[in-house]
Amino acid sequence: MLDEQDRQLLSHIQLGLPICARPYAEIGRRCGMNEAEVIARLTRLKQQGLIKRMGVIVKHRQLGYRANAMIVWNVPDHLVKQLGGHISRFPFVTLCYQRPRQPEWPYNLYCMIHGKDRDTVLSQLNQLTEACGLNGFDREILFSRRCFKQRGAIYQSPAPALTDG
Amino acid sequence: MLTNLHKQLLNDYQHDFPLSPRPYRDIADALGVTEDDVLTAFAELSDNHLISRIGPVIPPNHIGVSALVAMAVPEAELQTVADKVSAHPEVNHNYEREHRINLWFVVIASDNEHLQTVIEDIEQETSYPAMQLPMLNDFFIDLGFKLDLTDA
Repeated sequence: MLDEQDRQLLSHIQLGLPICARPYAEIGRRCGMNEAEVIARLTRLKQQGLIKRMGVIVKHRQLGYRANAMIVWNVPDHLVKQLGGHISRFPFVTLCYQRPRQPEWPYNLYCMIHGKDRDTVLSQLNQLTEACGLNGFDREILFSRRCFKQRGAIYQSPAPALTDG
Repeated sequence: MLTNLHKQLLNDYQHDFPLSPRPYRDIADALGVTEDDVLTAFAELSDNHLISRIGPVIPPNHIGVSALVAMAVPEAELQTVADKVSAHPEVNHNYEREHRINLWFVVIASDNEHLQTVIEDIEQETSYPAMQLPMLNDFFIDLGFKLDLTDA
């Protein structure tokens, strides 16, 4: 669980680790902690799984990964977990979630594929479809077009933190 | 043009960035360069918008709540509506996708009440209904993303 100081720390570090020789000391200075405590807290949060990963967050688009497809399927509820687990093991899959169906949107399984171009993404999707046995299920492919806003994921106060959405 | 050092920093430090007093020096030691080389290279990646930051990724809904939200907006109004959506600090990313339901964004908030307020405000400001798709299960194991930088 997170205590108040963890939240404070995350709200400062979520904007990015400073690029300087003693970055954790600098973060600590901003939230009234010493360097050792900052490092100890981050280490614990990572061990507890409250930090999924700690590192460089790349901008796919600028690095040439301009084709981004969200694929949605309508699969039987009792198969969602198994299929989601299988899909998420492919290296080109960058997200895999279950979401609730809605009246005009009957899909419950989502995955995201980032690729350099549309053909590559579609052939990766074919590979995924075959390997996971997804052929029989209704699906839609939604390629991204314009990016209006992309900020990583930064929580707004009063509960600062960070997620992939 | 990316140097080998840039490429190594992009690919090798997405997951286990050192949690030590001098992380950039530790990276430098591992790669056989100087701490200054590493600091300069990271500053270049950041200045050129190739990385958004170095920092923690927290699993969705462990702290605060989030939802994917989708809207069907006529093409002629899309930019205006998208700007209104993006103006909310709680909106974290906001994309056009190829579909009749064409505007897709993620809202993150401190609690569900805050989340619902933001989504209701967006519906009122834009006059379009918002379809809410909160996450029920996260199957993805985030090991970072292996970038092919051979032609970068």
